[in-house]
Amino acid sequence: MTTTRALSLLGVDRIHGAGNSAVHALRGLTIEVSAGELVAVMGPSGSGKSTLLNLAGGLDRATAGQVLVDGVELGELDPKALARLRRHKVGYVFQDFNLIPSLTAAENVALPLELDGVRSRPARQRALLALDEVGLADLADRLPQDMSGGQQQRVAIARAVVGERSLILADEPTGALDSETGEQVMRLLRARCAQGVAALLVTHDAGHAAWADRVVFLRDGAAVDDTGSTSGPESLLHEAAR
Amino acid sequence: MSIPHGLLALLDQRPMYGYQLRAEFERATGATWPLNIGQVYTTLTRLERDGQVAGQATDQEGRQRYEITDAGRETLRAWFTKPVTLGDRPRDELAIKLALAALSPGLDVQSVVQHQRVATMQRLQELTRLKRDAPTPSAEDLAWTLVLDNLRYMAEAELRWLDHCEGTLARARPATAPPTGHLDSDATSDLTADPTTQETLR
Repeated sequence: MTTTRALSLLGVDRIHGAGNSAVHALRGLTIEVSAGELVAVMGPSGSGKSTLLNLAGGLDRATAGQVLVDGVELGELDPKALARLRRHKVGYVFQDFNLIPSLTAAENVALPLELDGVRSRPARQRALLALDEVGLADLADRLPQDMSGGQQQRVAIARAVVGERSLILADEPTGALDSETGEQVMRLLRARCAQGVAALLVTHDAGHAAWADRVVFLRDGAAVDDTGSTSGPESLLHEAAR
Repeated sequence: MSIPHGLLALLDQRPMYGYQLRAEFERATGATWPLNIGQVYTTLTRLERDGQVAGQATDQEGRQRYEITDAGRETLRAWFTKPVTLGDRPRDELAIKLALAALSPGLDVQSVVQHQRVATMQRLQELTRLKRDAPTPSAEDLAWTLVLDNLRYMAEAELRWLDHCEGTLARARPATAPPTGHLDSDATSDLTADPTTQETLR
């Protein structure tokens, strides 16, 4: 059953362009992330990591195969329903934080709620709670420019999980941070997963990927390995054995 | 790993019994270098013979504590100040394995790299789990924390190196090219021209 999965990509192809110039960004990719699970995706540039995140977040559509968020197939939603699902279910964390510079930490975190029709008072209250959970209650009224990179990323994580969101998509969330601050961010993501949120993390940093429950290796648009599954060395000598 | 120096460093804190030394050694290094009690007593006997430690008088239960001598302290200081050189470390089997794999006709080297990458990442995940579960190291666990971080950084470095190997291999011999069974590189011809080498690799 797919209903227990926070995110399922099932046999997904994504082809950019057509004919001779067609580029296969993803080829029959299957990845599933359960509630409470932190999954990291690693792979060289061009292996399809960004396409994967865009599809999982409903920012792009699969050429073939299914993408399901909390059991809802994104391909069957009209643009309006898709946008609503994105706002309700999916939170994003980016490498460069993407906070709105003219808004305070609390206002940044409250923004997705207000866009979703929550009135500003209850939105602020929930934002303050979310900031408290990332240890930033004291900095709620500070502007991003007056915060360190690590603090800004914690605000971004609070923004990603505020409300009832069940899926966090993180694109190199530690890329702009030093190693120790990056570790704090990973600790925080883990803590959110322990509360039942599912997270899919794309990273180049093996040290941070290792905080995940599973690490999936992407190559040429397909998952070649998964540290959660045991794969034997049988295939190793397939040519030499002949 | 130098067991004699490890024991001297522990005895430099205070005199200890053999079983204490073993416990302290394991606490400092985690399960990384398990030490059996036989090794501890053999090493102590040798250190005593060489004047590096001295056995104290046995207590009523027949147990004996050992203390470090001035000569032992001298040895220890010299050890701490001398940098570890390449010759002190065991050779890295992985580097040798990959180097030989690159020469081996018909072997999918990318796949060798990938299998190692998964295994190393799994190890890194386990080490990270250990670190995760002990967020703030106490003073007592400081030594083990340092060892644990060392192991994590080594695993990270190995993964970076594997990425690099993969890139180098992809440029040198594209994965899609059928294995030729021949050599196309002059640099490798000496080794692989030797039939016994090829035999072993197969």
